This record gives sequence, C-alpha cells and structure tokens, in this order.
Amino acid sequence: MDEGRRTVMTAPVAAAPSTADACAGATPSAAGRVLRAEIAVVGAGPAGIAAASRAAEAGRDVVVLDASPRPGGQIWRHRRREELPAQARAWLERFDRSGARLIAGAQVVDAWRAAEFRLLAEVDGERLEVAADRVILATGARELFLPFPGWTLPNVFGVGGAQALVKSGASFAGKRVVVAGSGPLLLAVGATLASRGARVVVVAEQAGRGALARFGVALLGSPGRILQAARLRSQLGGARYAVGCWVTRADGDGVVREVTLTDGRRSWTEPCDVLCTGYGLVPNTELAEMLGCVVDGGRVRVDEWQRTSVAGVYCAGEPTGIAGVDAALAEGEIAGLHAAGKIVPAGDVRRLFAIRRREHRVARAMERAFAPRAELRDLPRDDTILCRCEDVTRGMVDPAWSFRQAKLYTRIGMGPCQARVCGPACEFLFGWRGQTTRAPTVPAAVGTIAGGPEDTAGVA
Amino acid sequence: MDATSAEIEIEVDGRVVRAPADATVAAVLLSLGVGAFRRSVRGEARLPLCGMGTCQECRVTIDGVAHRRACLTPVRAGMRVSTDG
Repeated sequence: MDEGRRTVMTAPVAAAPSTADACAGATPSAAGRVLRAEIAVVGAGPAGIAAASRAAEAGRDVVVLDASPRPGGQIWRHRRREELPAQARAWLERFDRSGARLIAGAQVVDAWRAAEFRLLAEVDGERLEVAADRVILATGARELFLPFPGWTLPNVFGVGGAQALVKSGASFAGKRVVVAGSGPLLLAVGATLASRGARVVVVAEQAGRGALARFGVALLGSPGRILQAARLRSQLGGARYAVGCWVTRADGDGVVREVTLTDGRRSWTEPCDVLCTGYGLVPNTELAEMLGCVVDGGRVRVDEWQRTSVAGVYCAGEPTGIAGVDAALAEGEIAGLHAAGKIVPAGDVRRLFAIRRREHRVARAMERAFAPRAELRDLPRDDTILCRCEDVTRGMVDPAWSFRQAKLYTRIGMGPCQARVCGPACEFLFGWRGQTTRAPTVPAAVGTIAGGPEDTAGVA
Repeated sequence: MDATSAEIEIEVDGRVVRAPADATVAAVLLSLGVGAFRRSVRGEARLPLCGMGTCQECRVTIDGVAHRRACLTPVRAGMRVSTDG
C-alpha cells in the first residue's frame, strides 16, 4: 500500500455508516468546512500531479481534489505503485515530496467565483468547500461511446473502461474478449487484458489502412511510438488486429454472447464473453465552462502559459485537446510554474514548450487518422438506446431537432450522467451541439449543495 | 481478483464475501458475477461502462446510501452493498 507515504486527507467518516441515516452531506461538522489554499488543482492525473508538484515546490500552498481513491488519473490508475511504469512512480513520488495536499475521493460538483474561487466537492458523502486564489483545471478526458444495437448489454465495457476496471481489481482472465472501436488505446488495452489472462480474439480498428498509413507517416518523427505499437501487437497473444473493421451489433441473452463485425463488404460473428468498445477520448470541459472559460470546438482555450480566458484559472492536459501523457505533464508543469507566480527558468520553458508542440502535432495527426467513419452513424436501429440514463432510443428522437428540443421532448441527456455519454454520441450522429453544464456537475447529496457555510449565493 | 492483496470482508446483497482490501466495489462486484449493478428506467440490467465515474451505470446502494458509484468507491471492511442484480 502506498498511502502511508503521503498525506491523504479525507472527510471524517461516520463511525458506523450502516444505516440509511448515513445519507450524508448534512452533518454539521462537514457543512462548515472551508479549506483554504493559494492554488486548487482539480484532477490528480499526470497534468494535475505535474501542476501541483511544480507549484508546491515553488512554495505555494496547493490543494488537489480528485474523485478517485488514489492519485494517477486514468493512465496511471493503480492499486500498488510497483505496477506502474518508472515515469509514473517518479512523478507520484515527486508529488508526495512536494507538500501539495491531496484530497482523494473528492468529486467537485460546482465551481464559482466569489471573493476568490470556490470549489464545492463531495467527499464520502460529505460537503467540502475549497477557497483558492487560483485554480488549475486538470480534469482529463472520458471515452467516446457510439451506440449500436446491443451496446447496453452487460459485459459490454468501454476500452478505457475495461482497463480502469482491471486496474481497480477486476479480472477478465479466461474470458473471450473482443476489443473494438478506434485509437491507440485499443492495442494497449488488448495487450493489458491478454497479459492478465484474457483470451483476446480480435482487436478491431475502425480506421482504414490508408488512414493508418498516413498516421504512420506522421509518426516518423517519433520512432519510439512505432516500436511501442509493434511491441503491443506482439503482446496481444493470438489476437488478430483487424484494421478497417467495426462492430455493427452485439447480441446475447442477458449478457453479451457474440458480436457482429464488418469490414464494409462482408460481416461475420465472433463469439465472446466481453466486448470492450470505445472511439477515442472526449475532453472534460464542464468545470471550465462553469467558471466561464471559453471552450472552442470542445477544447478549453488556453494561452502559452495554460491560462484560460478567465484570469486566475488555468487548464492543463486533455481538456485543452487530447494529446496524451507527455503533453499533459508538460502543460501541467507550465501551469503550475506560472500559477505559482515565480520566474520560470528559461531552460524549463524551452523544454516544456517543445514537448507540448511536438505532442500536439502528433495528436492532431492521430485525431485525423482515427476519426470515426460515417458508416458508424447508421448503426443505431429504432430500438437502440442512445441515452442510457433515461433509456431514450434512436426511434424516439428526430435528427432535425436541436439537442435542446430533444431534451424537452424525450429527456435524452437529462439523467445523472448529464449527457456526458449521449451528448458526444449525438454530436457525431446528428451534429447536435450546445450542451449546457449545470451544477451539480454530477449528482450530489442535497446537504452538499444546500449545506453552505456562509455564502451559498453562487451555488443555486 | 489476484491473491496478493490483503483481504477484508464485505456484504453484497446479504452475502458475506472476501475482497482484496485495495479493490473498488465495482471490481469486486464484477468478480462475483453480479448480474446487474442497477436496473435502467425500463428495467434493463446494467453493468459499469466507463469505469471512471462518468457514465453512472455502476450505481449501487452502499451502507444505505443509494446511487453511489461503485467504480470510484474503495471497499471497506464491513461495508454493505446492495445491487439490483
């Protein structure tokens, strides 16, 4: 266990949380808590860890809020640090030493500007308010899911979802697994699952050979990645890497039993126990939007110092555009250094700016190569669910509507996930945009939202 | 589940089970083969999708509190979990 080595603060836990009255958030002890810091960082993935470390090393009082039980975000999710690559261990150790205070299990549900910035979080059902002079948003990304018949069946997981579950202790050992969708994550997850005993039968990449060849050309500047891709392919065990293939439906009797794949000319079925499917990543921009930051094309707009359009609010990593772990680390360092208000060493600036530039260039090429093909728009049938929270099907909506109209008529996107799953899917399917973010950004106890200590004006 | 972690006991749908102390509730429920973490509004069985707190499909009742996300919640000795499975 690695927690012993760092300061992990959590909200006080009820002594015997065994009855319904543990329905928390309303306890007086928690309701009055306002934690003050010079800099608040939201997210403890690579960007947040780098930002917090650099700012705390510069002498700032830094608080980091993260929804997961342990720091690392998605890419460095772990149960034991020995599982992690050297780069991740080094950063987590640096973070430990930096003096930044991590509050694990803290889900930020609202953010606003009062005399200073305020973040409202729920920790173990209890309310926690953080006041800070500056905020660094390192909220990461989520997976893009595209609906097809059968995608709501049990044992259909996200690609990153399956990896996150395995890293949290789940096992697919002995299971027959199909990995399908798009992006470099497919190979990485296929290799992870195979190395942990799953029988990965096929990894189906929807992008065509031509698109991937162009991606290969774009990668010539970074041969390390080509080697990594080759290594991952060799780790897939007996699995086939099927390029230009996608899942058209999944079928089963209560759980997924088989998937139908196509290459656009012929279709075939593949028996499986588990289907992992995902089409890349979507930046998490909700908190930035709530703080009033400009978001362009789904990305938080930042300047060269990672400053958003709102003074005092920085953003680093995937919310500024999906570009991977090295870009996230560089952006986090830049944001942390700048937010700390110290002179940034010129050598650091050159190095970090160069990494950021290179990684975003590669990422743009990848985005083009792995863009979802038009055929995927035709997969949902009338009875295919689009919105899993409210069970709204394709047949219930009219593509001629706006997303807002569709919400009013059908409740699509109005469930607890707040359109984080169906919103990006509907944008791809119908071109619907203009989702709005509202507090609480995720469902929270009434006591968390209403139990404000002094000024709750911004919460309503 | 691997066997290298220390184990604790939790209660799942009235049954006492052993679980690695450093796993999440979602990981433990999947390993138990729980058929449904929750039922959708029209009664379909659902399991976690995203594994990272976004999709809300893994909501279960933990220690009497409904709608807790199993994928973000570490197991704790004596925890009581109930699913719609």
